[in-house]
Amino acid sequence: MKAGPMKKLWRYLPALPALMLSGCTVDLLQPRGPIAEMNRDVMVAEFVIMMFVVVPTCIATLYFAWKYRASNTQAEYLPTWDHSTKIEYVIWGVPSLIIIALGAISWYSTHAYDPYRPIQTADNVKPLNVQVVSLDWKWLFIYPDLGIATINQLDVPTNTPLNFQITSDTVMTSFFIPRLGSMIYSMPGQQTQLHLLATESGDYLGEASQFSGRGFSDMKFRTLAMAPEEFSAWVEKVKSGSENLDDTTYPKYSAPQEAAPVQYFAHVQPDLFDGIVAKYNNGMMVEKTTGKVMHMQSASSAAPSDTGMKE
Amino acid sequence: MLGKLSLSAIPFDVPILVGTFLGVAVIGLAVLGAVTYFGKWGYLWREWLTTVDHKRLAVMYIILAIVMLFRGFADAIMMRTQLALAYAGNPGYLPPHHYDQIFSAHGTIMIFFMAMAFMTGLLNLVVPLQIGARDVAFPFLNSLSFYMTLVGALLINLSLFIGEFAQCGWLVYPPLSEMQFSPGVGVDYYIWAVQISGVGTLLTGVNFFTTIVKMRAPGMGWMQMPVFTWTAFCTTVLIMVSFPVLTVTLALLSLDRYLGMHFFTNDAGGNVMLYLSMIWTWGHPEVYILVIPAFGVFSEVTSTFSRKPLFGYNTMVYATCSIMVLSFVVWVHHFFTMGAGANVNTFFGIMTMVIAVPTGVKIFNWLFTMYKGRVEFTAPMYWTIGFMITFSIGGMTGVMMAMPAADWILHNSLFLIAHFHNVIIGGVYFGYIAGMGFWFPKAFGFKLNEAWGKRAFWCWFVGFYLAFVPLYVLGLEGMTRRMNHYDNPDWRPWLLIAEAGAVVIALGIVCQLTQLYVSIRDRNLPENLDLTGDPWGGRTLEWSISSPPPAYNFAVIPDIHGLDTFHTEKQLGRRAHNKPLAPIHMPKNTAAGAFIGAFAFILGFGAIWYIWWMAGLGLIGIAATMIMRSANRDIDYYVPVSEIEHNEEVYSRRIAAAQAAE
Amino acid sequence: MAHEATMSPLAHADGHDHEHHHESPNVFGFWLYLMTDCILFGSIFAAFAVLRNQYAGGPSGKELFDLTNVGIETAILLFSSITYGFASLSALAKNKGMVLLWLAVTFVLGLSFVGLEVTEFTHMIAEGNGPDRSAFLSAFFTLVGTHGLHVTCGLIWMAVLMVQMMGPQDLSPRMMDKLTCLSLFWHFLDIVWICVFSFVYLAGVM
Repeated sequence: MKAGPMKKLWRYLPALPALMLSGCTVDLLQPRGPIAEMNRDVMVAEFVIMMFVVVPTCIATLYFAWKYRASNTQAEYLPTWDHSTKIEYVIWGVPSLIIIALGAISWYSTHAYDPYRPIQTADNVKPLNVQVVSLDWKWLFIYPDLGIATINQLDVPTNTPLNFQITSDTVMTSFFIPRLGSMIYSMPGQQTQLHLLATESGDYLGEASQFSGRGFSDMKFRTLAMAPEEFSAWVEKVKSGSENLDDTTYPKYSAPQEAAPVQYFAHVQPDLFDGIVAKYNNGMMVEKTTGKVMHMQSASSAAPSDTGMKE
Repeated sequence: MLGKLSLSAIPFDVPILVGTFLGVAVIGLAVLGAVTYFGKWGYLWREWLTTVDHKRLAVMYIILAIVMLFRGFADAIMMRTQLALAYAGNPGYLPPHHYDQIFSAHGTIMIFFMAMAFMTGLLNLVVPLQIGARDVAFPFLNSLSFYMTLVGALLINLSLFIGEFAQCGWLVYPPLSEMQFSPGVGVDYYIWAVQISGVGTLLTGVNFFTTIVKMRAPGMGWMQMPVFTWTAFCTTVLIMVSFPVLTVTLALLSLDRYLGMHFFTNDAGGNVMLYLSMIWTWGHPEVYILVIPAFGVFSEVTSTFSRKPLFGYNTMVYATCSIMVLSFVVWVHHFFTMGAGANVNTFFGIMTMVIAVPTGVKIFNWLFTMYKGRVEFTAPMYWTIGFMITFSIGGMTGVMMAMPAADWILHNSLFLIAHFHNVIIGGVYFGYIAGMGFWFPKAFGFKLNEAWGKRAFWCWFVGFYLAFVPLYVLGLEGMTRRMNHYDNPDWRPWLLIAEAGAVVIALGIVCQLTQLYVSIRDRNLPENLDLTGDPWGGRTLEWSISSPPPAYNFAVIPDIHGLDTFHTEKQLGRRAHNKPLAPIHMPKNTAAGAFIGAFAFILGFGAIWYIWWMAGLGLIGIAATMIMRSANRDIDYYVPVSEIEHNEEVYSRRIAAAQAAE
Repeated sequence: MAHEATMSPLAHADGHDHEHHHESPNVFGFWLYLMTDCILFGSIFAAFAVLRNQYAGGPSGKELFDLTNVGIETAILLFSSITYGFASLSALAKNKGMVLLWLAVTFVLGLSFVGLEVTEFTHMIAEGNGPDRSAFLSAFFTLVGTHGLHVTCGLIWMAVLMVQMMGPQDLSPRMMDKLTCLSLFWHFLDIVWICVFSFVYLAGVM
């Protein structure tokens, strides 16, 4: 994961000094997916636009202070001048125009790249559903459609929309893969959603970005993006394992643990994720196909709970 | 009998804490010993600890703030050192249990007990003098407010040596701060320290709002108020509107912890996001509570040292007021990553950006105040110019994060940490230090040493960039806040540079201490003495009286004819007042504030350790002291005309001496 | 919570710069305090609004609230505002005896209000529906309890004033200020109670 292709260097121009000094990965400026690219572009655009005010302001500050220093008796001195309507128009007008421009970018990007908005690829690739559970202090990833699960390692196929459903079985934290883009909170008893996509194969850092207690610093995971064929092979490999994740083994694996090792589960109980959410809601859950609130038991008998995301 | 308290609560096994304790004990004993040796207890008690004089309370607030700055900075440099060490398998020297307390304490102390205390100190020193008042509206409440702040500070520092502090960040987000995950006393220390000092702050808000509304000198309309007083006014409004929300938020958290309620718990219907929403309803206005008075300081400093009136006074007032209003409609930007709808996020994002407009206007106003002026480079002016540059950059990164799409990757990263230190050090701290240098002669009658002041500025300025630019980069490299150790080799060099920056800032603090020492040592040198009460050629009323002013401030309440009346009168040839002197009605000193503070401490300590008889005792003590105070009718006195005449004569002679020396 | 009973009695009695301000800042300052108290209640109401349907399998307001009892409480509190009004009128007429009498009546009414509320609470807690049962009940007990605590502080304040009035303080200007502040406080609590009654009890039962 060393420095990215030089041809794209112009896009990192504002952070060039940083890049030159470190010569290594600047995660947020070297995205590996469309969401992260958007995050980066918005950020850089803002930076550039605001530089048009910040730089002149800083220069003017130094210049005025120097030019009108007390010892410079040559400079004009207007001891009672304290108002100019023209200047007032400019100092209210220019910042307002910039904020209008930024507001427009804000409106567009917040809507177009809402984390809850599913990603459509040009060739309509079927999305991969992943259910994410934050634990003390590790991440559980359930692949409901594949019936497998992992701890502290997220394997995903490239160029496939990733639909994350996120919850927590402990305190609140935040699910973040810097090189793929936007983060979202994981909260007990609630389900949040996030849609990402990896365009290139690679090994990306994933982390908890909201402090969650003693083991927080080691609460990270590798995100391995790979070609779809490789991913299928990996799924087969996981399925050939022997560990199961169900109501009986879950307490053992979800117990607090620092710097937890990677773990694969060949089989995962289908309604495990819903159960984790429901446990904080007095056993109630939202039935996804109908949107009705019902009790966990009746819900699991009414519909298979591995339906993933219904948008 | 002693609740949760036992000998094991004292961290004998942590050498750092034992060492700190010994240090504090030695310094404490030395101070107490010195007071005893010089026989100053009576003086200290009568003149300072029981005072209701706003100027003396101001001095005590600022001393408290400076002591808390040391504590907060010690935490900061410990964190930087930990991260400089704890790389690739090296656990560093601070285990998570200790490290997590440090970052929680750093934020809490710096905001509530350094910045808030400093801000309140400046308000106390300046506002009554600027509006031509003899004291604040409620002098006793003013003393009580100080003791509430002091007790909060004592409790939070006591947690170093008895028990532990919170380990869940400076805003103690639940559910981590709930009993289930934080069963220790740390969060309780946090709650009681902040609650008690919060009551003090709320009273300060009410007190200064009343003072500004009701006690301005005759003729001083709203648009004749000095800008610093305007900013103080806006801050009191923000305090009165936002602090009750903080009180409720923390009260609900304590009900969860003490009585097993379910406001923010994981189960039984609690809602964590309710806490976030409530705490930031207070939290965002809070940053403006801190920075708006700093804007006021910069306005006074820039216009005084540019020898010009402030450019666009009206604009400045409108900008301050719009910031005040807007600060209440932006709080969701602290959790854009909650999963709220796009419309909600857009609204709060754009509102946040809109605040940049009035803030930018202010910067331009200061810029055009210097324009065609005669800028004198005193130390306060250094801090002001340093602020204008640093704050512009900090404001820019703030606007970057106001964009939800960018915040989704910057949230909780070190980029955020760099941003808010950029505005809080570059805006708030620089402002308060500029203000301290500017009004120091008013409080004590002599100036601070300029050379050491400038050295302190350069260390802080350079140290700031060294310490925080790397944090911006680290944020872009994906490093989150509150990490205890890491193994990413790319992060290491930046963290080492940041550590170096912290050391340079430490030098800045050393320079400031030296500055205080040198200034006090050389206070009687003619160039340092402030005989006229107007050392800078000031424009506002506080410079029209002697330094330090008499307890009653103004022998005769001045008549105001417009903005900067004092300056106008100086231009016309100083007009001696010819109104007849009359006895002045003043409040008497009282120990009630100190007693209530002591009982509040007992209440807090008892509640933290579940020692219920003690908490009850504290509560009854508070109530009893208040009732006794309300029955006390001996609370005021009159300053006789002869004493006022005498003071005025002394002042005239000092002015004459100063003129003769020129 | 500690500050409400103290604001006025402790504040410096009369503005000490006689030359320019003849009215006392006490009442103005107390108004401000009431506004901050209003925000305090507003925040608790907001928390209640968020959590009011979080029964966690426990009982809802419909099952718990006894409107008759609450109706009596409401009537008592509203009536105590009227009796305080009579106390204020007597104070303006400088009739100390009548002030004390009306304050005593107000005190008894206030005390019965608090008594009824405590009975209601103990009853609920005894049935296992205490504040730790669900988020809804946490919010309910906190909101109603905060109001009750305010009323209790008001009662203590009232008792202190009555004792002071019997003693040397008489109906001095300082005492008139205190009576005005307490009356503001007492009427304010009435208004808050009307909100509690409507949004908590009535809306809960409907």
